[in-house]
Amino acid sequence: MISELLLRFVIGGIVVSFFAMLGGALKPKTFAGLFGAAPSVALATLSLTALKRGKPYAAIEAQSMILGALAFLIYACLVFRWLMQKNFRVLTTTSVALLVWILCAVGLKLVFFR
Amino acid sequence: MKLDFGSVRSTTLSEYVTRFFFGGVVTVLAGLIADRFGPGIGGLFLAFPAIFPASASLIEKHQQKRKRRAGINGEQRGRIAAGLDAAGAAMGSLGLAAFAATAWQLLPNLSLWQALALATGLWAVVAVTVWIVLRRLW
Repeated sequence: MISELLLRFVIGGIVVSFFAMLGGALKPKTFAGLFGAAPSVALATLSLTALKRGKPYAAIEAQSMILGALAFLIYACLVFRWLMQKNFRVLTTTSVALLVWILCAVGLKLVFFR
Repeated sequence: MKLDFGSVRSTTLSEYVTRFFFGGVVTVLAGLIADRFGPGIGGLFLAFPAIFPASASLIEKHQQKRKRRAGINGEQRGRIAAGLDAAGAAMGSLGLAAFAATAWQLLPNLSLWQALALATGLWAVVAVTVWIVLRRLW
């Protein structure tokens, strides 16, 4: 169990760092921002899940992930609006908006794939 | 679009460690949530923007440092830079939805690596296309 968690931690960290570094090396900022929504956690998790529990199980996770991605769209639009129009602090804004992501993701899940 | 290795060089070791740590923690949490609540709920967290606050803060910090060196108050510039990053992430999230839909459809029919490679390719195509289209419109 511990070794599996450690493996998840290391693979997740590597994939996320790779995409973050790639995004950091690109300009302009909006283009680099595309990598803020890279499928880094998904690649690590779906690979490990499919190897452990099989591809049909991973496919169910991927199906739900569509809704998570739509919640991400709402999250990112909200953060963009708050940062550009209000004098909110970046860390506070991006952290508080995570609650909006959770509400949207769970709400979409209840509406679509119950 | 162009490559700018200056910002990669200006990223400190602790900033790389922060990203690695958050990436690792979110991947572990996504797995634990799926184990506890099932793949339907766990799958949502594959698109959880947990890394975003840390990345946006780093972007703000770098921008502020750069502007301060040029004798300009970088606070507002830092916020704008983080806001532009969020705009890019909003476009990228459409690619993320395309990745998820592709993986959902292909995982049962292709090998794991083929399905994930095609899904990642589609993420890149959709994200870049949305970026190009919106850039032309604005």
